[in-house]
Amino acid sequence: MELHEEKLKFLEETAVKIREAVIEMLVEAGSGHSAGPLGMADVFTAFYFHILNHDPKRPDWPERDRLILSNGHICPVRYAAMAYAGYFPIAELKTLRKINSRLQGHPHRTSLPGVETTSGPLGSGLSQAIGVALAAKLDKAKYRVYCFVSDGEHDEGNFWEAVMFAGKNKISNLTMLVDRNNIQIDGFTENVMPLEPLREKYRSFGWNVLEIDGHSFEAIVDAVNEAKAIYEKPTVIVAHTIPGKGVSFMERDYLWHGKPPTKEEAAVALKELRTLQGKIESEHQ
Amino acid sequence: MLNPEAKLNPNIFSADLEQKPVRDGYGDGLILAGEKDPNVVVLCADLTESTRSEVFARRFPERFFETGVAEQNMATIAAGLGISGKVPFISSYATFSPGRNWEQIRTTIAYNDSNVKIAGHHSGISVGPDGATHQALEDIATMRVMANVKVFVPCDAVQAKKATLAAAQIWGPVYIRFAREKTPVITTNETPYAPGKAEVFWESKKPEVAIIACGPLVYQALLAARELEREGTGSIVLNNHTVKPMDEAKVVEMARRCGAVVTVEEHQVMGGMGSAVAEVLTKKCPAPMEFVGMHDRYGESGKPLELIEKYGMGVKDIKAAALKVIKRKK
Repeated sequence: MELHEEKLKFLEETAVKIREAVIEMLVEAGSGHSAGPLGMADVFTAFYFHILNHDPKRPDWPERDRLILSNGHICPVRYAAMAYAGYFPIAELKTLRKINSRLQGHPHRTSLPGVETTSGPLGSGLSQAIGVALAAKLDKAKYRVYCFVSDGEHDEGNFWEAVMFAGKNKISNLTMLVDRNNIQIDGFTENVMPLEPLREKYRSFGWNVLEIDGHSFEAIVDAVNEAKAIYEKPTVIVAHTIPGKGVSFMERDYLWHGKPPTKEEAAVALKELRTLQGKIESEHQ
Repeated sequence: MLNPEAKLNPNIFSADLEQKPVRDGYGDGLILAGEKDPNVVVLCADLTESTRSEVFARRFPERFFETGVAEQNMATIAAGLGISGKVPFISSYATFSPGRNWEQIRTTIAYNDSNVKIAGHHSGISVGPDGATHQALEDIATMRVMANVKVFVPCDAVQAKKATLAAAQIWGPVYIRFAREKTPVITTNETPYAPGKAEVFWESKKPEVAIIACGPLVYQALLAARELEREGTGSIVLNNHTVKPMDEAKVVEMARRCGAVVTVEEHQVMGGMGSAVAEVLTKKCPAPMEFVGMHDRYGESGKPLELIEKYGMGVKDIKAAALKVIKRKK
């Protein structure tokens, strides 16, 4: 599962397409979250286009790896990655949050094949992932369970109940990735409810802890491989991400956590994405 | 007289009638379900003995998961198991599960369509000395209001065993309500039982009122019916063990035949089984109704029967409600 130059370039280009799709979806929907989906675009790209053992044409394939998204509000990036991976037509992305759409504002398992769990209310994804991982162990199945969580949802009691359970029961077929972007709706996480020292918290609960740059494809892939080799503990990958990544006026600003861009803002954002914030001349222009 | 077709316990009105906690039926039912289906798993939140989950844990240790005092985690882990081919039963006191973890049940089990069975123990005021914190009086309402959830309220340990097994064999979320104290064993293995099919347990020759009950208070309803008959008032007692989906045809038939209805439950009358009956009858066969249950207040510590009397759910209260509702008939 090495990353060669060509694959790396493909992933980078795909992540840009996914970010563009996120902006287009949000402006079309007129509501939704901007910062989180953009911040996690590289992680989702790495998983859907390199890491996951999956088949977009058979979303119910029993041996597929399970990707469970706990912080359901960033689902636009998941939908975009799924569409580009071939789960459903890219044109369908424009139906996000609209009536009769399979793309619910927060993901609903039985609405869209390939969405593993229903989520939105925070703090409950990890324990669902544990349940799936326990089922895999009972069935002696080989698939791996991945769970993406946000840093803000660490405030929930249910979340720490799950952290304790996974540590005690050594759920090693489960890897969790924390989107450590330091923001939540009401402000910076360390002001709203401090999480640090996060690494030490996980260690004391019996987890293997890795910390990476969540925008480095090499780092994401290496960390996932390392987690697979650890059998005695569950692994958490603390992925440092920049909320709003790729759109300068959204980056690191918690005010962009829960709102979509206007049409004008979207035009600026799309131009930035297409020119990599002015670093290249866009082929679209 | 007792309906012979219900094949009830022949000693039902004798002094040495066998008494057994409804929750015992949970343990017995789990063993049956576990033997029939290797995908049945059980989770418990630090109440293994009390909820009778320990019977299953001893028999199938690899299929039992202890979550500690963490009902939200228990529900959500079960949600993950239930979408992965397992048939999880989650076990705790009803005030905590589905009390504390209601939203997790809503989002990750009911809306998520995960095949989880929720066992709420220590329901009703008959929990007794533990007091109001542990007496679940709202769980029928909070579960039946949730789309995609079925609600079973077995009347005794024998029916609880059947209900537990039936829940394992039905696809989708089911809530089953269990009581703590020893209560009369009303039914037998031969008593007909099917989810969604209410059973007539008592039928007088000329019934003037239908007493529709669920849970262990079905026994009080039968005692009331027997006394009423001796005193010249005929009635029918219906064991309405499935609150959702309710046996609407049977409930309507009873209301039509008797022209008046009393509902009996160890639960708040707001939103409970009686409310569910009223929802059906208002639409299909309006009839005067009286509601025996908790009336918008909390319980307290005490002996189970003392509490049932004090809070107006005893035999005399059911009789009074029956006579009152008959008078309201036009």
